[in-house]
Amino acid sequence: MPEVTYLDADELVINMGPQHPATHGVLRVKLKLDGERVTGSECIIGYLHRGIEKIAENRTYQQFAPYVDRMDYVAAVTNGMGYCEAVEKLLGAEIPPRAQYTRMILAELQRIASHLLWLGTHALDLGAMTPVFYTFREREEILRIFENYCGARLTTHAFRIGGLLYDLYDGFEKEVRKFSDMFLGKIDEYEQLLTKNRIWLERTQNVGILKAEDAIAYAVTGPVLRGSGVKWDVRKAQPYEAYDKVEFDVPVGRHEGWGDTYDRYLVRLAEMRQSVRIIRQAVERLESGPIFGKVGKIIKPPAGFEVYHAIESPKGELGYLVVSDGTTHPYRVRVRPPSFVNLQAFDLMARGHLIADVVAIIGTIDIVLGEVDR
Amino acid sequence: MLAQSVFLILAVVALSSGVMVITRRNPVHSVIWLIVTLFSVGGIFLLQYAQFLFAVQIILYVGGIMVLYLFVIMLIRVETVAKQAPYSRQWAIGLGAVLVLACELMYGVYKGVESFHLGTPSRPPVDMNNTEAVAGVLYNNYMLPVEIASLLLLVAMVGAVLMAKKRFE
Amino acid sequence: MFNDAVQFVENYPLLVAAIKIVIVFLVLSGVVAYMVLAERKVLAFMQARLGPMRVGPWGLFQPAADGLKLLLKEDIIPAGADKFVFLIAPVISVVAAFTVFAVIPYGPSSALIITDLNVGLLFVVAVSSLGIYGIILGGWASNSHYPLLGSLRSAAQLVSYEIPAGMAIVGVLLVSNSLSLVKIVEAQQSSGLWNFFLQPLGFLIFLIAAVAETNRNPFDLPEAESELTAGFHTEYSGFRFALYFMAEYTSMVLVSALAVVLFWGGWLRPFASVAALDFLNYLPPVSLLMIAGVVFFFARRNPVPAEKWFLVAVAAGSAVLAGVVAVPVVITAVQPIFWFTAKVFALLYAFIWYRATFPRYRYDQLMNVGWRWLIPLALGNLIATACVLWWAGPNPGRLKLFFAMLAANLAVAIVVALLVGWRSPTAAAVEKQTGS
Repeated sequence: MPEVTYLDADELVINMGPQHPATHGVLRVKLKLDGERVTGSECIIGYLHRGIEKIAENRTYQQFAPYVDRMDYVAAVTNGMGYCEAVEKLLGAEIPPRAQYTRMILAELQRIASHLLWLGTHALDLGAMTPVFYTFREREEILRIFENYCGARLTTHAFRIGGLLYDLYDGFEKEVRKFSDMFLGKIDEYEQLLTKNRIWLERTQNVGILKAEDAIAYAVTGPVLRGSGVKWDVRKAQPYEAYDKVEFDVPVGRHEGWGDTYDRYLVRLAEMRQSVRIIRQAVERLESGPIFGKVGKIIKPPAGFEVYHAIESPKGELGYLVVSDGTTHPYRVRVRPPSFVNLQAFDLMARGHLIADVVAIIGTIDIVLGEVDR
Repeated sequence: MLAQSVFLILAVVALSSGVMVITRRNPVHSVIWLIVTLFSVGGIFLLQYAQFLFAVQIILYVGGIMVLYLFVIMLIRVETVAKQAPYSRQWAIGLGAVLVLACELMYGVYKGVESFHLGTPSRPPVDMNNTEAVAGVLYNNYMLPVEIASLLLLVAMVGAVLMAKKRFE
Repeated sequence: MFNDAVQFVENYPLLVAAIKIVIVFLVLSGVVAYMVLAERKVLAFMQARLGPMRVGPWGLFQPAADGLKLLLKEDIIPAGADKFVFLIAPVISVVAAFTVFAVIPYGPSSALIITDLNVGLLFVVAVSSLGIYGIILGGWASNSHYPLLGSLRSAAQLVSYEIPAGMAIVGVLLVSNSLSLVKIVEAQQSSGLWNFFLQPLGFLIFLIAAVAETNRNPFDLPEAESELTAGFHTEYSGFRFALYFMAEYTSMVLVSALAVVLFWGGWLRPFASVAALDFLNYLPPVSLLMIAGVVFFFARRNPVPAEKWFLVAVAAGSAVLAGVVAVPVVITAVQPIFWFTAKVFALLYAFIWYRATFPRYRYDQLMNVGWRWLIPLALGNLIATACVLWWAGPNPGRLKLFFAMLAANLAVAIVVALLVGWRSPTAAAVEKQTGS
């Protein structure tokens, strides 16, 4: 009799996405499964590709600024900040302190908003449905401040090359102070729901382990890198704006040399607290003065210069390489999107875990597909 | 009268769904019909005031074992199994077995009930219900056989686990 | 007149039973429909939002609107589905969930008991285990991957958690010495001690297993929307989907009712034997009055005139009802049903509360909880209970039994925790990955 085993469990390849509630957009993950265990994976991206870098070559420097907001659309302010600073560096322009501190306040608020969105959806992916409503409640406060400042909530286009277009509205300081006072208590509220919750611990601890050397080898940045215990933050390492004039800590994970999903969760929560700290100091130092530096109406950097400028976006190191050719249009704009780079480590983190952990790992990288695909 | 007609209905359902079990091509359908059979047999138990047996029939066979059957059937590839039809070659043996069984039954019917030495069914005491009576018999009179049987089942279970473990390692 | 009624009951027992079944079915359907609304409302309040507000005042008519919508929707049968099985599966789920209520006692009088089977407990376990077929067959017949995975998950889950649940029930059976649900409550009445106090560990095990068996958060893996879209009922639509939905919520009511009967003294008032707490007997009219007050308060602030007057009418109705209930004869009559319902609702509220609080377990962790923790605990509990009962002998004192059971439960919990918690299986995996 020929040997036939009907119970042969062979490898199964399944597709998660591009339409799947847990892939945070249009990410498509091909998973090779042995039972429910992941033996290999491949991220297929590009479903949201809009050719933003190519568009830059056909726009003037100022015209391109609103486009960068459409990359990481949950953190538009930091995107704009990176681009504006890169061009300012190309021009060698000086930015007045009032504009610098305003930029920092808005960028840190944006960091909080981005982390709040991450926290809510991450918890929702793991089955805790309540945090998302709490985090959106607080995010709403931040978006209201943005709306009051520049009229837009999501794709703000808050900054201009050279400084700010609008001065702060009356009562801005008061509102920001009120928010930062209120917000620390809210973080405790989220922590009450999750940080010591046994199920949350079981779902996140030892899941998606990333060793520090692997993280560095994959050029992973941001909270994912810091979760693995590497103390690297662009705001400290290569300070821009006035980050060297404010005090803040760089939180890292619990372990020496590696980190898991829970570490990254703790790091992001701690980062929100640090952001509040930065905001408080920046609001104190807001002094009256000009909001726009010495930058002309027509931006025409000399030919043959190129500049790389990186900032610490909520997701990691967001870098812009801008090359000039002497015209009003950039010759080339290359973006180093943190989500895209961090996503490379997904396979490393997901191998050997179960499908349910894939959801947790996608969540913990905190990707935005607009930024991955550009 | 009522009891008899209920019995007839249950018996007919049990037999006909039994036929359905072996004639279905799709194993899931077979299992569903097997569940119907087990249910009607359980009903017959109930008709005999054997509530405990009825409950155990449903809990163990319908609620437990059949679920595992379904589980196994869903894990294997139904399409390939259906194509291979591995038991169709043995129809001659099956026919022989059926003939022998039919002869036996016909002989029994021909001789009548009186010719067999059947034990008189013992009535449980009035102050005890069916379940207590079963428990008393099992754990007082037949303690050792019950323990031996359970040990046997335990050995089988551990053996199965070991075999499965070896295969996957 | 009264004798006529007795005569009628004696002459037509089947008819009376049928009438009771219809009443229970109707009440239960109402409870289930409003359970859905209550869940949405309570969740909403826990999550800083309002919940359904559109249909009727405070969304009170939402269940009717939902039911109507689901009835009118198209009943889609996916291509390649096993049509017969696909159609029959949700019906099995609902029938299994509703049938068990036939043996649940709602009060001591025969009017509140549909039937008192002497193997009632076995009947409950048997019939409720049938509901799983609805899930497995529905998932299989859909001819789709996610439902199949969902149904396999829930098959494994339900089979696994039926074992600890069954063993916890056996603990109750040992303490109460009967399989009849009525006798179990009566035993709790005569001993003056709810089984919860004799079997705290058993109650905990039963509660956890009950949450798992109803596929509720944190054990809602079969329908984990972030992993398997909707689990076994992904392909269902229209009224068949509604049937599954009903089955799930009916099972919730069922396990709550069962927990109340087995552990919380069924229809008994809390501390029924303490005369100093007899004022609790006045809780039914008082709670109705409170409802009336709350509704009236909201009615005054409601801007829509029609809704306002509706709410005022509801408030007035509750107040009148409170008056009726306050009549001495009536107040004793409603005691059992009031306490039974109150306890069931308390447990149902806990179900909703879990959903707002907990993340979801992973599949292997779920199995871990079931097999590595609950089953050893339930086994230990069973042995400890038997030993204590044997040690205490027939008719032991109430306090003696309570403390002996408490000590035994604690001992079991500690021993199992030490044995099972000795080394967790994840530690080795972490070491392998991090190399530390």
